[in-house]
Amino acid sequence: MTRLHHFAFFDEGSKKEIRRTILKAISIPGYQVPFSSREMPIARGWGTGGLQVTLSIIGKDDVLKVIDQGSDESVNAVNIKKLVEKTTGIAITEGTAEATIIQSRHRIPEQPLTEGQVLVLQVPAPEPLRSVEKSERQTKILHAEEEYSGAWLQLFEQIMKYGQTKTGADHPVYVADRYVMAPSPIPRFDNHKMNHSEALILLGAGREKKIYAVPPYTDVRSLAFEDYPFTVESFAEQACHLCGSTDTFLDEIIDADKDKVYYQCNDSHHCLAQVNGAIQGKGDISYA
Amino acid sequence: MGYVAVKGGTEAIEASIERLRYNRLKGERHIEIETILATMKGLVDQVMSEASLYAPMLAALAIKQSEGNMEEAVFTLRAHRSTLPRLYYSEAIQTEDMRISRRISSSFKDIPGGQILGATTDYTHRLLDFDLLIENQQEEKQWLQHYKEKIDQLREQPSSQIFPKVVEYLRKNGLVQTYVDDNREPFDVTKKSLQFPANRSARLQTLTRGQTGAVTSLGYASMRGYGQVHPNVGELRVGMMPIHISSPHECEEEHYYIGAIEVTEVESFVPVKGASEESEEALDFEIGYGMCYGQNETKAIAMSILDQCLQHPSPDFPTHDEEFVLLHIDSVESTGFISHLKLPHYVTFQSKLDRARKGQKGE
Repeated sequence: MTRLHHFAFFDEGSKKEIRRTILKAISIPGYQVPFSSREMPIARGWGTGGLQVTLSIIGKDDVLKVIDQGSDESVNAVNIKKLVEKTTGIAITEGTAEATIIQSRHRIPEQPLTEGQVLVLQVPAPEPLRSVEKSERQTKILHAEEEYSGAWLQLFEQIMKYGQTKTGADHPVYVADRYVMAPSPIPRFDNHKMNHSEALILLGAGREKKIYAVPPYTDVRSLAFEDYPFTVESFAEQACHLCGSTDTFLDEIIDADKDKVYYQCNDSHHCLAQVNGAIQGKGDISYA
Repeated sequence: MGYVAVKGGTEAIEASIERLRYNRLKGERHIEIETILATMKGLVDQVMSEASLYAPMLAALAIKQSEGNMEEAVFTLRAHRSTLPRLYYSEAIQTEDMRISRRISSSFKDIPGGQILGATTDYTHRLLDFDLLIENQQEEKQWLQHYKEKIDQLREQPSSQIFPKVVEYLRKNGLVQTYVDDNREPFDVTKKSLQFPANRSARLQTLTRGQTGAVTSLGYASMRGYGQVHPNVGELRVGMMPIHISSPHECEEEHYYIGAIEVTEVESFVPVKGASEESEEALDFEIGYGMCYGQNETKAIAMSILDQCLQHPSPDFPTHDEEFVLLHIDSVESTGFISHLKLPHYVTFQSKLDRARKGQKGE
């Protein structure tokens, strides 16, 4: 028995409610707006926040790209795409430039996003202060009072202990000089892509029931000290073994047979575009 | 290389789903929805309770689809719930009107109306019944026939299924405060996200849809010393509650009966220091409240403990901390987040690795 689902899974009332939350989030950059997160047909913690945002803004003319850890073909990205495609019938793409909505987990694409595009990030832990304050009630007060000593002290303590900050992915950012925000676990390498992004960035945390946003052309600064500036991951001057890029986030691939380590672009579409461009004899790829 | 395998995306997923289907079908046995409904009431009740959707048929379907995997069944039914618009709120129910099938008090031996044991496994020996390996339908039919005759004879003596509340006895004796009904619109945790401090309606809703095991564990923790509540079960009742809705479109207040749901309700008595100023030693009782869909008694009792814990916030005990309790007992949330660890974390791990290596080099 096949059952027809409503366009984009949700009933229209639910979508409207989530869109209102999104509008509020855009109006207060970096502020986590609570919303009544729905249970989805994919598991909590598997991108339900991003999925709810995507499903409530998607229209019949949209073109969707979904990536997981930089890959269009990663199992969870495929699963999410399948669900959206099944309930909307809209076009799916791997091309970063062709997509109107890009849902992503843990990465911002290498290719710069442009005006009119929406980047939807899946967020596991939206509260940047959670590691210093476990209570939700308290962190709400801290944000309201712009009391971010805890976040600064944490970085300071890391420097005292290890001589450097120890944040991996999800290094906190200051948004529009007002809210400290968790950028979702994107590598530090991607943090600067949020600053004055031409595309609208929406962040959805399904399990924690929060939506927040970075509107286009918003100041986003990574938390750092003057004498200990923010640093990003480096790959020891390695290049992608497929396309030769040296300016992208690289995956470290271990070939057990040959006992050798390869480096390869994490953003699979970008890598492919570079390779294709090189084959066609184009030095540069036009992303217009 | 192993790396390629994890990016095998679409095809890998399809093959995996095919395998899942094969595993379900390979035994070449089918279980009918009716069979699940008739023989697995305990499971159906728990799934409905944790999914917070009262729909026995759909719960049975979820159980069939998930091959009896509890977390999957709850997850599937909850997701289905997201596709249903909320059309009405029912009228408030008074559990005095419950049509009782079971009702006990462990606080008083004699309660008005008497103790009604109903159907319970409480006094069975949990010995594996090997007779069930081969059931004799003929014998069972005879037994059923016999049992029905016995029941019919008893029915000739009229008896009510409606019973007064045990707590009224304590109220009459001034040991439990009488409160005026709180008729404020309840907070709806399915329409708004939980905010802290949470009010009691939000707390009760969150507790009742909590995972049975999680609610039980935390209630247990409170009794063992990681909390301050160790109650007496004042009354535990299981029975059918009629549900009415009123139509907002009618000029006159019309109420429509839309069906009945089975619930378990628990009122626990918890001694607290008396509020009277004359003597600090005087003991009063407060009520811990538990209610859940179906017959799910352990969960309802544990819920009543946690309700009472949260009525008395204390930083000393995790079970008295509403954020600790309410944010961690939901089945869909906890199983979802734990299981997401199976997703690839290459980028985040790479990022950590980068830090670790730099730390080693002393950069």
